[in-house]
Amino acid sequence: MAINQSTAAAVTGVRGPQDVPVTLDVNGSTHAIELEPRVSLLDALREHLDLTGTKKGCDQGTCGACTVWMDGRRVLSCLTLAMSCEGHQIATIEGIAQDGRLHPMQQAFIDHDAFQCGYCTPGQIMSAIALIREGNATTDADIAEHMSGNICRCQAYPNIHAAIREVRDADDGG
Amino acid sequence: MRPVTFFRAGSIDEAVAAVSGHPDSAFLAGGTTEIDLLRLNVVQPTLLVDVNDLPLTYLEDIDDGGVRIGAMARMSDVARAQRIVERYPGMSQALLLGASEQLRNMASMGGNMCQRTRCAYFRDGQSPCNKREPGSGCAALTGVNRGHAVLGTSDHCIASHPSDVAVALVALDAVIRTIGPDGTRTIPIESFFLPPDDTPSVEHPLAHGELIVAIDVPAVPVARTSRYVKHRDRVSYEFALVSVFSAMRVDDAGNVAELRLALGGVGTVPWRAHRAEEALIGRPATPENFAAAADAEFADARTTPMNAFKVTFAKRAIVRELSEVTS
Repeated sequence: MAINQSTAAAVTGVRGPQDVPVTLDVNGSTHAIELEPRVSLLDALREHLDLTGTKKGCDQGTCGACTVWMDGRRVLSCLTLAMSCEGHQIATIEGIAQDGRLHPMQQAFIDHDAFQCGYCTPGQIMSAIALIREGNATTDADIAEHMSGNICRCQAYPNIHAAIREVRDADDGG
Repeated sequence: MRPVTFFRAGSIDEAVAAVSGHPDSAFLAGGTTEIDLLRLNVVQPTLLVDVNDLPLTYLEDIDDGGVRIGAMARMSDVARAQRIVERYPGMSQALLLGASEQLRNMASMGGNMCQRTRCAYFRDGQSPCNKREPGSGCAALTGVNRGHAVLGTSDHCIASHPSDVAVALVALDAVIRTIGPDGTRTIPIESFFLPPDDTPSVEHPLAHGELIVAIDVPAVPVARTSRYVKHRDRVSYEFALVSVFSAMRVDDAGNVAELRLALGGVGTVPWRAHRAEEALIGRPATPENFAAAADAEFADARTTPMNAFKVTFAKRAIVRELSEVTS
């Protein structure tokens, strides 16, 4: 199948490199903003939408501090271009409390003292909730393996894992 | 990261036309390598053609027991797909031992085939690197090269290939299916990964604008008991020092009747251990023969003082793996 001229001619709609209108669905709200195509989802959230709960650690996909959900799955917002997110639902740490009440995982992190400096915590919590939803929190080994993409420089791992176990074992399943 | 333009492709034809019609363009899939290297200025396309919304996330049966994997299927989904877990458990294990769950949710199978080496001199954007800047030299040859390859190297590049799942796929004789400006074609996977030789910057035979659309994994009955073991500096979220994909059937007489063996972490490409396979087929499945086969595989290994340990490490990993399969 060769790509014929009529197909090639159909390629219109290249956007950028300057600011272009982008529509993002974040935490159930639609946001119309303008940004360059090179802007990551992480920078769009923090710098354009003032949602600074999502943290920039390494900015190269190794630390997990920027973990958010895209269509319910945990992903790294530093390696995702904001423009790739159009038409998808993004959820951040700011969106998981309901009716003024912390999400059970947020409460469990407080109850178990599951952080020290707190910088990795939003990413840890977004990963931890997803971990249980995925069914990857069955054993301690599962938790350790499937949380390995979230680095905690303060080494709060034992308490993070305790918080995850508590939410996993709660009646409402978190 | 330098300014880029962006185009979201609505169809395969549109994606191929957009990239092939622009000299400095690249497909953008999961982005886990591409965005990282863009930010490091290691790759510098000026047009990104987003293929994430193409309808290529399927898995379907082919050829009496094989599986066709759409190029945009994500690693996490493929790893847990029932057909993969049942027919190629070693491939599922390889996928789950790669990266982190967040990255596996993003990374596509087609993108995984195109992922770049983790060689620090390639990634730093300034050291001599024949892969990044042809003719500039290779800083890794005399640099910090503990993680580098010992098989398939050349005087111009010793970068190791980072993929886990590609190790399984070379063992399984997978086939890469593409659509490009000149039409469709199929590429046997061992022809897809090119050793560095004199042209380390040429890593695969894809033409500019040629898009991977699927990976065909043929029926390989012995792979139903396949395994993948990965040895690394920490227990999770790390690249392999040595990894082994194995699938073996031993007949009633105790001889190796079938064997698929491939290695990660030691080669410039995902390494099918042909020599070891040939040395063992039809011979008694004993630790002594496993060791002799491993010796044969590494007979031409080229090491540095820092990575010579990989030869011993890999040989032992092979012997242990095959011994556990037979025990």
